[in-house]
Amino acid sequence: MTATAEAPVTPPPIRDERFGRKSRMARLLARPEAGAVAGAIVIYVFFFIVAPPFRNASSFSSVLYVTSTYGLMVTPIALLMIGGEFDLSAGVAVTSSALCASLFSYEFTTNAWVGVLVALALSLLIGFLNGWIVVKTGIPSFLVTLGTFFVLQGLNIALTQTITNQVASPDISTLQGFSSARVVFSGSFTIGGVNIRTSVIYWLVFVAIATWILLRTRIGNWIFSAGGSPVSARAVGVPVGRVKIGLFMAVGLMAWFTGMHTLFLFNTIQTSQGVGNEFVYIIAAVVGGCLLTGGYGSAVGAAIGALIFGMVNQGIVYAGWNPDWFQTFVGLLLLGAILLNTFIRRRAEAAA
Amino acid sequence: MFRSRKRAIGIAVMAILALVLAACSSTGGKRAAEAAAQGGTSVAAGHANTPHYTIAMITHAAPGDTFWDIIRAGATAAAAKDNITLKYSSDPDPTKQAQLITDAINSKVNGIAVTDPAPAAICPTVKAARAAGIPVVMFNAGVNNWQQCGGLSFFGQDETIAGLAAGKRLASEGAKNVLCVLQAQGQVQLEAWCAGVKAGLGSEGTMSKLYVNGEDNSAMLSSMTAELTRNKSIDAVITLGAPVALVAIQAIAAAHSTTKLYTFDTNAAEIAKIKSGAVQWAVDQQPYLQGYLSVDSLWLYLTNGDVLGGGVTVLTGPAFIDASNVAQVAAYAARGTR
Repeated sequence: MTATAEAPVTPPPIRDERFGRKSRMARLLARPEAGAVAGAIVIYVFFFIVAPPFRNASSFSSVLYVTSTYGLMVTPIALLMIGGEFDLSAGVAVTSSALCASLFSYEFTTNAWVGVLVALALSLLIGFLNGWIVVKTGIPSFLVTLGTFFVLQGLNIALTQTITNQVASPDISTLQGFSSARVVFSGSFTIGGVNIRTSVIYWLVFVAIATWILLRTRIGNWIFSAGGSPVSARAVGVPVGRVKIGLFMAVGLMAWFTGMHTLFLFNTIQTSQGVGNEFVYIIAAVVGGCLLTGGYGSAVGAAIGALIFGMVNQGIVYAGWNPDWFQTFVGLLLLGAILLNTFIRRRAEAAA
Repeated sequence: MFRSRKRAIGIAVMAILALVLAACSSTGGKRAAEAAAQGGTSVAAGHANTPHYTIAMITHAAPGDTFWDIIRAGATAAAAKDNITLKYSSDPDPTKQAQLITDAINSKVNGIAVTDPAPAAICPTVKAARAAGIPVVMFNAGVNNWQQCGGLSFFGQDETIAGLAAGKRLASEGAKNVLCVLQAQGQVQLEAWCAGVKAGLGSEGTMSKLYVNGEDNSAMLSSMTAELTRNKSIDAVITLGAPVALVAIQAIAAAHSTTKLYTFDTNAAEIAKIKSGAVQWAVDQQPYLQGYLSVDSLWLYLTNGDVLGGGVTVLTGPAFIDASNVAQVAAYAARGTR
């Protein structure tokens, strides 16, 4: 073992498929959102052809708006599903938050912003309780949040009826602070003659934040591992319980935000609102590539899933199809999107 | 760590309390409503000294529909006057509503008031109640079937007559392309309203239908905006419920449409919009009257053997609320009785 002056022999390049660079296309197709992107393009082109009003910028702004009202909730639901849990109470939690803000500020005649903050506290508490019960008891979140779904739905109706003798919250548009809260939560602006609601911007921002958390932070790694394999995650020191409780609280936070948007846009809230939306959130996340089993998915994919749902919803109206068939069309188009998504993922996995 | 977190929570609670105390609104809210309501907030009419009865009212109300608040307010007022305990329950699913009626029969109430949106499910239970010796009055829904079911009286409006009246008035006001917005699919009375509007329009105009998701304001707003953007020829929108009309106002603005807005049924917020001119008129079936008369007629039957209506429907509508009478109605609506 003596030092030599010889130039080190460069080993011949070994092709190991584990390190091999796949083609750019294969890498793109292997991403969780690939199928959803393809589905979104197909559905966009489809409605572009069959529904002339769909081509206007202002119509698309309307599509983006309805997408954002779902997307705001789909984003945290996607993170939660990647973390391996469900939240069936998310739809009514939005209404609970809005009712809480509305009733509190009306009954005590406070500034509207006080109600907003009280509702934030309530929403975070609901999220915490959901997460805490799931983590402490080990009962599947599907069952726990099904329970909270009914509890919240009942509370929405019973408390509103008890306090106001009505099934809708009183109009709070004359309270101080209402107009500034409306600007913050439910504003809109015009670019080139197209009116855009700020909820669209908020949605994009939250998707960006969620993507950053998932892909660039330690918490993101924790979320993937907590959902993919909680036992080994715990073994390597991931605080699985706290991650899950945090994810449920993130759902609570966005339920609050969505609830405030609805409240300040419409001034009053009906107690029955939001029922059924929990499934839209989950469907959009799944269409966007999140697995029902956890550990896999992306926030961008979920956002595109929400966009597919928004485009289908609005596109059918723009196309002027027989309204009796509306829900059948929605179901068929979503099923088609999921099939395409699965097909592309299988192809990508086979190619890789 | 633990101690500082506890302290942080304490500070947060104190801060919220301080905010609540400091941040009262000098406009709107309950304080303003109470100040405005000085001088009587309900329709009170003494108190009967007849024996105490229990009456069950079972409706097909969907939870969250403001229309039923007014029916319930009427029933509650009559119950208070008549020395009656009112047991109110509701379920939009006909088979579950039928179960609620059976529950009322089993708990041996003195009288039952029901709506009948689906005769196949509701009728047999009404007959069972009569067989058990419990008087039954019917209201709101089921105008074509109540005699066969064995109801004593029926209080409500004939949906087709109401739709016809609305359609005829739309035609006389020059509407050509009417959009009928339905907030639920598969509900008989909603379809009957739209069909009536179409018949009332006759050859004067056309009517198209749009189904929206009544459980989601944002989705409703988007669907209506989309339809108004797609079909620019629509010059009249008629909604089948007050909360839908309130959302339609925003949809018309968002679509930059010049269409006029009309509606079936009312609530306080919507009557304010008739006052401001955003809604042209509303077809009112006087739900307060339906609730009040149902309970009051049962009381008359129980205490004096009276039957109201002589075997035909007691019509509570259609009445129109428009610019000519909205000022008077608005005061009643604000207290929740119109």
